This record gives sequence, structure tokens and C-alpha cells, in this order.
Amino acid sequence: MTAPQTTPRAPTRRRPPRAHGGLAWPVAVLAGVGLAVLVLPLVALVARAPWGELGELLARESVLEALVLSLGTATAATGVCLMLGVPLAVLLARAAAWPTPARRLLRAAVTVPLVLPPVVGGIALLLLLGRRGLIGSALDDLFGITVPFTTGAVVLAQVFVALPFLVFAVEGALRSTDRRTELAAATLGASRWQVFRHVTLPLVAPGVAAGAVLCFTRALGEFGATITFAGSLPGVTRTLPIASYLAMQTDPDEAIALALLLLAVSVGVLLLLRDRWLPGVRG
Amino acid sequence: MTRETPAPSPPPRGPAGARPALHADVTVTRGAHRVEAAFDALPGHPLAVVGPNGAGKSTLLAAIAGLVPVDAGRVRIGDRDVDRLPPERRRVGVLFQDYVLFPHLTVRDNVAFAARMRGSRHDARAAAEPWLARYGLTTLADRLPGELSGGQAQRVALARALAAEPEVLLLDEPMSALDVELRHDMRAELAQHVREFGGATVVVTHSRADAATLADHVLVLEDGRVTQRGTLEELAAAPATPYVRRMLATSEG
Repeated sequence: MTAPQTTPRAPTRRRPPRAHGGLAWPVAVLAGVGLAVLVLPLVALVARAPWGELGELLARESVLEALVLSLGTATAATGVCLMLGVPLAVLLARAAAWPTPARRLLRAAVTVPLVLPPVVGGIALLLLLGRRGLIGSALDDLFGITVPFTTGAVVLAQVFVALPFLVFAVEGALRSTDRRTELAAATLGASRWQVFRHVTLPLVAPGVAAGAVLCFTRALGEFGATITFAGSLPGVTRTLPIASYLAMQTDPDEAIALALLLLAVSVGVLLLLRDRWLPGVRG
Repeated sequence: MTRETPAPSPPPRGPAGARPALHADVTVTRGAHRVEAAFDALPGHPLAVVGPNGAGKSTLLAAIAGLVPVDAGRVRIGDRDVDRLPPERRRVGVLFQDYVLFPHLTVRDNVAFAARMRGSRHDARAAAEPWLARYGLTTLADRLPGELSGGQAQRVALARALAAEPEVLLLDEPMSALDVELRHDMRAELAQHVREFGGATVVVTHSRADAATLADHVLVLEDGRVTQRGTLEELAAAPATPYVRRMLATSEG
């Protein structure tokens, strides 16, 4: 090709100009596969559900027992997480001024349970609070208190896995608030507690609500730490996920019904709390 | 606010002499910067602290308000030593540069904030009413700060600070967040409010116009040190540094 005029030209039929932000085909294909991975299992669950007998299955005592236990423990765990997690988030946000090693250590302590397999958390809780555990043996000897395999243990296991979700949600909200509002409050006579109560907390309320939702759904779905640390006693520690898993071996229809129930509760909580709490700051 | 002291109509102040003076003689370190300054601000005679950006003016204000720790020296209000007190016990009101209103509270609750810290919501709101009226905010009382213009936000911030009945008022670059067209009128209005307040007042600014309108004495702070003090006329007669000369030459800041 020596002269420009002999250069073969591209076909004259032009494609319409690509919309800005259009996807390259590998991205589009992989995104589609990713979506399928997320959605198809749920489609299968809904498709295979024994809709006809659903009423009867859900009315079974074992199912209701698990449902009540799950809702109760997840609510309690969310309450504990709110009580402990908001202050922990404040500590984490304020730790910006700390020396680096201390700050990293603190952050790691909150992050590890987030990435830890829940079963490991369950084993660790057992080693701390079990009858021969670090604290558990003393509790047993001195007060006759046994923690593992109780409903309290279910709540503890859920708190262990769910707390980091709340802490990070609230910490993110704290970081994006203007600290000078707190200083302004102090010049207006607010004590530290009043600053927290009247300024800091209302400003991070959306973050707290989002964290609580995450926390609740995570607690509701907790399986590994719970079964390890609390076992599977019907009505005491057998939560919905555990009941569903066990039913799969004996009565798949009941397992599917339980799974649907979990799905419904999770989606319901998400929708309810999103519309209620997440859109605005105004309260 | 307790029952026996509900909602004083914004106090007609006593004679200026009855209100305490501010005496400050402080050394403050912020990062690599060090500020050393000593001055008195007498009630009814607002002091302007002027200086180039980064001279330490705002740090000085923050130290007086108790928002940053003082390395050495003292801050006295009347016969009270306040330099070891937390900000909430100093009775130093601050008008922040961009007002820093509470975004989650209505105008009414912003103005009622100080009273709310001492009493019930109901009493605090009642106590806020006369302040809202005085600053022309009654019709805006139910708005959130995000819905206010700059001039309105400044009024709310000032009403909020003064409703706390501070003994000393600090203004940090009060005009810098306003549109230039608004500044002239708002400056005159602010000067009026500062006169009515009547207590010791310090206004930080880099604008000659602010200093001329809002204050009657000027302290020049450059690179953490006081380089000149006096009235604007005295400064004009013998500017001590090139900065002072330049500052006096600008017509509007």
C-alpha cells in the first residue's frame, strides 16, 4: 500500500454510534453469567417449591418453632450489635488520631470475624465459653453457668458474625459527617454525651439503619458458628437455616418450605427497612 | 432551661461595662504552625484579627473557644480562667466560617440547641422563639439548613450562638461564605448584631472592610506572630509590614 487512495476502505455502511457507556461484549457476557449465578438458584427454589402443601408444611410445629427462634435470636443479636457496635464504630472512627500499629490492630480485630469462616468462629467461641474454655470453666465453676448449646449461645454466635457489618456501616457514616458540627455543639454547651446523643447519632442514623438491616439478615442466615457453638436442639438452638439443612436429609419438601420462608423473611426485611429508613436523613 | 428562667426576650443588655472582658495570652501549636498572641478584647469594642491565610488566625480563635488545646498561657473571661475548661463550659460563642449548622435540625431547633442542652425540647423551643423573631427567622423556622440561602444561614448561625448567651463572641471569617453582592448589606447587619450583643468580640478576617465595619481595633497576625496592633487609622498612618500596607489598599475582601 503505497498511496492513500488505494487503501481499501472500510465498508461504507456505518454502525450507529455506540451509546456512551456501552459494554464490551466480554463484559456483557460475563455480567450475564454472573447474574444467572445469582438468580437461577432462586428461580429453581421457587419453581420446585411444593406450593400445594406449603400451608401444611409451614404450619408444622417444627417449622414454626424454628421461625420464632430465628426471628427472636436475630432480633436480639441485632439489638446487642447496635448497643456494642455503634460505640465501637465511634472508637474506630476516632482512632484515626492513634499511632498506626494500635489503629491497625483495632481495625484487624473488627475485620477478622468478617472474613473468618463462621465455623471457625463457632470453634473459637466454644474454646472461650465452653465448659473447659478460657472463661467458660470459671463461669461453670463459680456460677454454674453453661453458655454453649443454649439460646444465648445462638445469639452470641450471631453477634460474633454480624457485628462487623454494623460497625463498618456506622463507621462509614461517621467518616462522612462533618466533625465540626460536634465542635459547634460543644461551643453551645453540649457535653460529650450530649454531642453524641443530639448531633453524632442523628447524623449517622441512616448508616446505623443500614448496618442494622445487614446485621439482622446476616444473623438470620447464620449457620456455621451457631451449629458449632450452640448445636441443634429443637426449639432451643435449631434456627431456620439449621432446620432447613437437617430437613434436606429427611424431608426435602419441608427443607424447601423452610428455605422459602428464609428467603421471604430476608427479602421482606430488606424491602421494609429500605423504604422506611434508608432513603433520607430526616427523621 | 428551667421553669423559672423561660425564654427571656432576647435580653436588652446591661451597660457594656457590666460584661466581662476577654484576655488572652496564648501559645498554640497546630501541626507545623505555632501561634503566639496576647490581646484583650473589651466589651463593646470588637477586635479584628487580620492576617494572611495560614497566619494562625483561626487556630487562635479555636484555642480561645477551647476547640484546640493551648500549649502555654492563659485565657481569661472577666475573672474566670477558662483555659482549662472544656468548650461547653467556657461560654464562648462561635460563628463558624461556613456556619456549621446542624443539618438534621430545623432552623428552630438549631437556634434552640443551647437551651435544649439545659432543658426539655418544649422549653427550648419556647426559648428560641424570641431569638427567631429578632433575627427575622420566624417564617423560616421549620426549614432545614439545606434549604437556606447563605445570608439566612448566617443569621441562623448567629442566632444559635447568641441564644446560648455567651460572654464572648468569636466570628471566623464571617463574610467568606457569602456571595460578594450580599457582603456589604450582611456586614452592616452583622455589625448591628455585634453591637447589640455588646460583649467582648473577636472577628477573624483578612478583609479590611470587615475590620472597618465590625471592629474598632485591629490586631495583625502574620506567621503566628503579632506584627501590629491599633485602630485602622493608626495602621494606615504607619503600616508595620508589607502585608499591612497591601491589606489596607484592597477595597473589598
